[in-house]
Amino acid sequence: MQTTADLIFWIFAAVTILPACVVVFSRNLLYSAFSLLFTLSGVAGLYALMGADFLAVTQVLVYVGGILVLILFGVMFTQKVYDLRVEAISFKRIRAAALGLVVFTSLVSVIRSVPWPQASDRAVQPTSSEIGNLLLSRYLLPFEAISVLLLVVLIGAVVVGKKEVEEESH
Amino acid sequence: MVGLQHYLILSALLASLGIIAMVSRRNAISILMGVELILNAASLNFVAFSRFGAGAAGTPLLGGQVFGIFIIVLAAAEAAIALAIIIAIYHARSSINADELRSLQR
Repeated sequence: MQTTADLIFWIFAAVTILPACVVVFSRNLLYSAFSLLFTLSGVAGLYALMGADFLAVTQVLVYVGGILVLILFGVMFTQKVYDLRVEAISFKRIRAAALGLVVFTSLVSVIRSVPWPQASDRAVQPTSSEIGNLLLSRYLLPFEAISVLLLVVLIGAVVVGKKEVEEESH
Repeated sequence: MVGLQHYLILSALLASLGIIAMVSRRNAISILMGVELILNAASLNFVAFSRFGAGAAGTPLLGGQVFGIFIIVLAAAEAAIALAIIIAIYHARSSINADELRSLQR
């Protein structure tokens, strides 16, 4: 039983990390965008594995269904489809890889130096109703703030897009 | 036996990949993809601590998952605004190469 859960974790980890490498290192922007699909789905699977069922569904709905489509739209809209090559390997890239390696090794050394609590004895149970209660009681203020933020984003996106149409018509 | 440590190292790897994408890429949309990777790594950390963190045994510790939802909402807002700006820049300059957008420099 335990080994099955471990096996599923490693499968989801591979589904998350390998396409993320393609996102970062691919020369073709369209391949990067489509690899992001697998990374986001892998993270959703990890959420489900950790018993966060509501969050896994939200991840699939909002990230895979919304943000990824938006990014693909941006890619198709701003690139000529046959000219999607990004850039050659450069000195900048090597420096970036070195920076990422430094961040990763320092994070891992910190993680390994702390004695974390091991196995969780918490039962996996449905979370939706409890999350709803938390959002309307303990986290009410951030919840309201984020609704105001969404309104601002809605208006802001319309304003940024509208100005463009006006400039084009003149 | 997969524990909290494995999830933390996985999300550290994801965050490092996002940092590499943000620093090395020149295309603005690729930089946005790196930001999405980092946000996912942070959210994964929150959920992992909510699953494995020290709390009363038997009761779920759902604050981390609530923060995961907030992160997803913020990422959606950020992607919408960023893509609106990117498309506006593309219309104005017909390029979204971040290295060429230096009109604020002296």
